[in-house]
Amino acid sequence: MDAAAIHQRLKARFGDQVGDCDLQGHDPAIRVVPAAIADVSRFLRDESDLRFDSLSNETGVDYKARNAIEVVYHLYSYKHRHAIVLKVDAVRDNPLVPTVEHVWKAANWLEREIYDLLGVTFEGHTDLRRLLMPEDWVGYPLRKDFVEPEMYHGISTRRESLLK
Amino acid sequence: MSLTGFEVEVERAPGTGLATEEMTLNMGPQHPSTHGVLRFVVKADGEVMIQAIPDVGYLHRSIEKISEKVGYHGFMPYTDRVDYVAAMFCNQGWGMVCEKLGGIEVPKRGEYCRVIAAEFNRIASHLLSVGTMVLDIGAATPFFHAFREREKINDLLEELCGARLTYNYMRIGGVAWDLPPEFAEKCLHFLAGLEPMMAEYNDLITVNKLYLERCADVAVISAAEAINYNLVGPNLRASGVKYDVRRDLPYSVYPELEFDVPIGRGEEGTTGDSFDRYICRIREIQESIKILRQCFKQIPDGPVIAKVPRKFKPPAGDAYVRVESARGDMGWYAVSDGTEFPYRCKIRTGSFAAMAIIDNVSRGLMLADLVTVIASLDIVAPEVDR
Repeated sequence: MDAAAIHQRLKARFGDQVGDCDLQGHDPAIRVVPAAIADVSRFLRDESDLRFDSLSNETGVDYKARNAIEVVYHLYSYKHRHAIVLKVDAVRDNPLVPTVEHVWKAANWLEREIYDLLGVTFEGHTDLRRLLMPEDWVGYPLRKDFVEPEMYHGISTRRESLLK
Repeated sequence: MSLTGFEVEVERAPGTGLATEEMTLNMGPQHPSTHGVLRFVVKADGEVMIQAIPDVGYLHRSIEKISEKVGYHGFMPYTDRVDYVAAMFCNQGWGMVCEKLGGIEVPKRGEYCRVIAAEFNRIASHLLSVGTMVLDIGAATPFFHAFREREKINDLLEELCGARLTYNYMRIGGVAWDLPPEFAEKCLHFLAGLEPMMAEYNDLITVNKLYLERCADVAVISAAEAINYNLVGPNLRASGVKYDVRRDLPYSVYPELEFDVPIGRGEEGTTGDSFDRYICRIREIQESIKILRQCFKQIPDGPVIAKVPRKFKPPAGDAYVRVESARGDMGWYAVSDGTEFPYRCKIRTGSFAAMAIIDNVSRGLMLADLVTVIASLDIVAPEVDR
């Protein structure tokens, strides 16, 4: 099924909770209201003509200029061999997005990584801990305004240039 | 009765022998069979694991953050470090996502050079994977056989691009250098020698009863579970899902090449067990040999790289590409804001999903089987952490 048809199906079921479909980009993407993402995901997975059985990728991008952290979902269907991208805008000051962990198990670690590096809180996640950074790390490194602390546990993070 | 109030009352149900209690063990972060620096917290009851919780992040080098600082061309050598066992695929992934953003077409000969380099890398990576898997289980000899052949591939790739592991061979728009003179002859000579070696290798381990006992029916992953956890590559195909990016979402010149996609059939036990994951890799080596022979026959003349400006500024937008790496469907997501630096780059790797599933599949297995699970899922720890 192509992106326009998938968008039609979602519009018919969810109405205003589903936004525009960007067909101009490299990969067609559908905007979704944060509160509806879990229901939209379950619908996309369970309907027999959609059957998006796998979450290929989930990631976040910090758009500081428009005060949003965008969570991007890349879905793929092994049954129908079609793909779609979902995009959700979370408010940058307090990013809250419902988890899709109970829809696709793969989301468990992917969401932990987004929480770790971008500070998005996934509501309903069963195990939302830092994944890559140390547990006592302060701040979210992939945010555009992140400043690396000068010291970590008494270890300097600055190095003199070797080219002197 | 209790005298101090602090004695532990061990319950012994009549007739059941000794009581057991749960213990928590630490494995890693530097353990020979963890394939990189990674740690497991194992909860075990005797020799049976209740749970093995992976603790990752020891090799986090913030490669994605670096991409935002060094520019599109400058990021290419860093991609090698994402998965240093199969660096060609990382080169190719970054190249492809930049080409998609910038609308660049790679010349035909450049694509063939990429496929030749990548398929050699796939053989090398699979040899390392099966070699260390056998070593982890306890047989040392086959490991040396596998590494001897892998060394020859390293020599060939060194001749091609000057490096043995971190290649930095590809560029946005093609490859850095054309094939060196007499390269095809050397490669075909090596492939002619590799095929009988694979037969010897199979005699040594694939039909070895001790090896089969350790792998068959261990850590079975069903097709539905593999898809749910987003396992990719040989791990997914071992569970019986016939999916290969090279065949199903073809890129580069793969549509012009003929090859099979081997899947797990449960020959020695259940479909999706550790043996199926092992045998899928062995068969993929044979398919890669087939692909390489066709490449050397079909490679056209011409340039190997398209004209790409030194200050590469793709138009604003985002793109996602998939590359069939040695560890499966590798996703590259890049966002451009129209400047000469990427706005965001996300690398979704095969080992990441494989590591996440260990918690689930390890439940109820023997402690000694944990190394079989790690090895059969072909986990490369730096690829998880990036």
